[in-house]
Amino acid sequence: MAESKYTQATEWPYPVNYGKENEDAADVLVLGGGIAGCHAAISAAKRGAKVIVVDKGAVIRSGLGGTGVDHWHLACTNPCSKITPEEMVGLLKKFGDYFYLEFGNGITGYITCKESYDALLDCEKTGVKVRDVDDEFVGAPFRDEKTKLMFAYDYENKYCIRVNGGANIKVALYNELKRLGAKIYDHVMATSLLTEGGKQGARVVGATGVNARTGEFYIFKAKSTVLSTGAPAGLWIFSTELAGATLFQEPNLTGEGTAMAWQAGAELTMLERSSAMIASGGFSYPMYGTGNAHNTWYACTIVDANGKEIPWVDRDGKILKTVSERYRPAPGQKTFFYGRMSPSYELWGPTIIPDLPERIMKGEFKLPLYADLPSMPEHERRAIWGLMIGHEGKTRIPIYDRYTKAGFDPDKDMLQANVMPPEQYVFSAWWGSFGPRQWRTGGFAAGGGLAFDWDLKTSLEGLYVAGMTTFAGGDHSVAACSGRYAARKAVKYAQIAGKPVIERKQVDKEKARVYAPVTRKDGVGWKELRAGLCRIMQDYCGEYKSEETLKTGLRWFNSIRESEASMAYARNPHELERTLECLTHITVGEIVMHASLARKASSMPLEFKRLDYPEMDPPEWNKFVTIRLENEDVKVGELPFNYWLLPPNAPTYEENYQKHCDL
Amino acid sequence: MYNKAYMVSNPMTPNQAVFISPEFCNGCNTCVDVCRSDVLVPNPEKGKPPIVLYPDECWFGGCCVAHCPVPGAIRMEHPLNQRAGWKRKETGEYFRIGMKNPPPPNTRPPVG
Repeated sequence: MAESKYTQATEWPYPVNYGKENEDAADVLVLGGGIAGCHAAISAAKRGAKVIVVDKGAVIRSGLGGTGVDHWHLACTNPCSKITPEEMVGLLKKFGDYFYLEFGNGITGYITCKESYDALLDCEKTGVKVRDVDDEFVGAPFRDEKTKLMFAYDYENKYCIRVNGGANIKVALYNELKRLGAKIYDHVMATSLLTEGGKQGARVVGATGVNARTGEFYIFKAKSTVLSTGAPAGLWIFSTELAGATLFQEPNLTGEGTAMAWQAGAELTMLERSSAMIASGGFSYPMYGTGNAHNTWYACTIVDANGKEIPWVDRDGKILKTVSERYRPAPGQKTFFYGRMSPSYELWGPTIIPDLPERIMKGEFKLPLYADLPSMPEHERRAIWGLMIGHEGKTRIPIYDRYTKAGFDPDKDMLQANVMPPEQYVFSAWWGSFGPRQWRTGGFAAGGGLAFDWDLKTSLEGLYVAGMTTFAGGDHSVAACSGRYAARKAVKYAQIAGKPVIERKQVDKEKARVYAPVTRKDGVGWKELRAGLCRIMQDYCGEYKSEETLKTGLRWFNSIRESEASMAYARNPHELERTLECLTHITVGEIVMHASLARKASSMPLEFKRLDYPEMDPPEWNKFVTIRLENEDVKVGELPFNYWLLPPNAPTYEENYQKHCDL
Repeated sequence: MYNKAYMVSNPMTPNQAVFISPEFCNGCNTCVDVCRSDVLVPNPEKGKPPIVLYPDECWFGGCCVAHCPVPGAIRMEHPLNQRAGWKRKETGEYFRIGMKNPPPPNTRPPVG
């Protein structure tokens, strides 16, 4: 019972000063210090701007990408790439009109194609190992002998770079921030945007925040602001009982950025998108932590319980006889994205037989399945278990370190895949099993968020957006590139912008909201509140929605806001932070329901099903539906597909990029 | 038999997530400061190992372990419902994270 003395009431270990005000001012305020935020802050500081970074966690490791990166996408300008940015954005377009999967959209995707390699070189300059400088992979087919760069997936076209020092990339970015003199506020959660005159829809002039350790209050004044707080997660399912290591989304991503931008009057889009949740709590295993052949494990040989190999096939279903063929495009194909992630045959890549579920059902392959690392060529085995597992997010300690300490040896051992209903083997990220259908997620990367233009500027003056806070965010490279680009625009705006003036009434109102939970002793605690809010999302905004369910959901959210949420208590600054996240949860839930009401049609790419409008993607709804608040009223608008190439924008990517990029 | 019992709240799920060895920990609180979710807080007694206050909020990213200056002072354990298994190809032996009498550690470091 050694720890029992701390389960009793022990005084909070940090000095508590609820409501104490701290003020600071910057040219560029960066809210959210993850990958996008760090690149934004570095880029702004290099241009001479006074920069403040505010983060809920500790910037040295915070954010979804804070634990590492193993492969760097869209590095089309690296000296070995056989695909140009123009060609690549043409291919990405085949993912659809709403978003390009983990590669952003027309704007962020193209910016990344242009700057991804430069962003990686910037990281290399800060001390991140990018190349095979130790010559461990000499002669491997994925290594370029001259540059020592190593590539993933398509060994022919060489635009995705393996990063063999990615586990420490965030530490390097953090050190660079310190070196450049950016001011970092760790453990401070931004709670609201401040606007000129306190008006909805006016210029953003700063933000408020609260410290999760001391409870102190912060007022940040800024000429321009970059919002990079990530995308809302945990709206449909929140379970500390079950999730643990399986949670893909960082648990601090509750959507403060989205909620505060909404309150400030910013235009949002695509928040109606949801998808069935994979890698969901309780039914899954740690990310990358079971046998599979996806992503970081591409293209591992898989065998069944009796050692029988599961075949790999090309896009036409032709069996691939050698391992090396799994890393090449089909004859006549330009390039591929692994498996069949793209709706377009043109981009389909080598995959494990797509009819594996049926063949398991028929008894041809016996569960459990195993990742047969010992049978892989030495360089591929070492690349999967050593380079990729070892540097990808949440792999260095939880997988590489923990498993090898427990005796796992990739030269001898086959890691078991989790045993799931056969139909779930159709998607090869087997560590993540599907939960009940009511459990939805905003979808990886493009889960909806702030609308933006070629300046990565939002509809609000002085507010720029980067990373997953955009409506079409993406992976590590998209976060990095959108961050540095948004900051260039934010700096330029700060140079011409007038002095930011804070409206005291707006601050006072926010302070009253923020500290209400610490004045209460009874009522509901944050965990039960969070689970109750998830129930509203599951029931009224689940896989199938209608006008009636959505309006009922909004009614119950409002009821909870007036009742249980207005009695929620917080016994220390940490609980205060979590309780405030519940209030964010209500706001974001309402936003998702308003967005869902605004789209009166079902849509396949958005995985959006309206019972009252069952027709999928009727032509008149092929557009982005936008919502924003004006004098607290919801205003619905729209943006056409490809708006980035329509007037007032130029008709080509390169013209728009050159006009806006500020390089 | 030790006939003393306490009225305490139920254990957390997961129970602990990270384990700190009082023998090796020097109380530097580096793990406390790199944790994104404040799973760990400083010990009220200076120089003593941090307290694992909120194991239920752990994301299992392992940053606390990665930054610990003393090898072996802190370790992360996956929740019991998330421990993987494997099979040795040549011998057909089965292993799992958390098993009794595990095989000797594989000491090969990662690339880079």
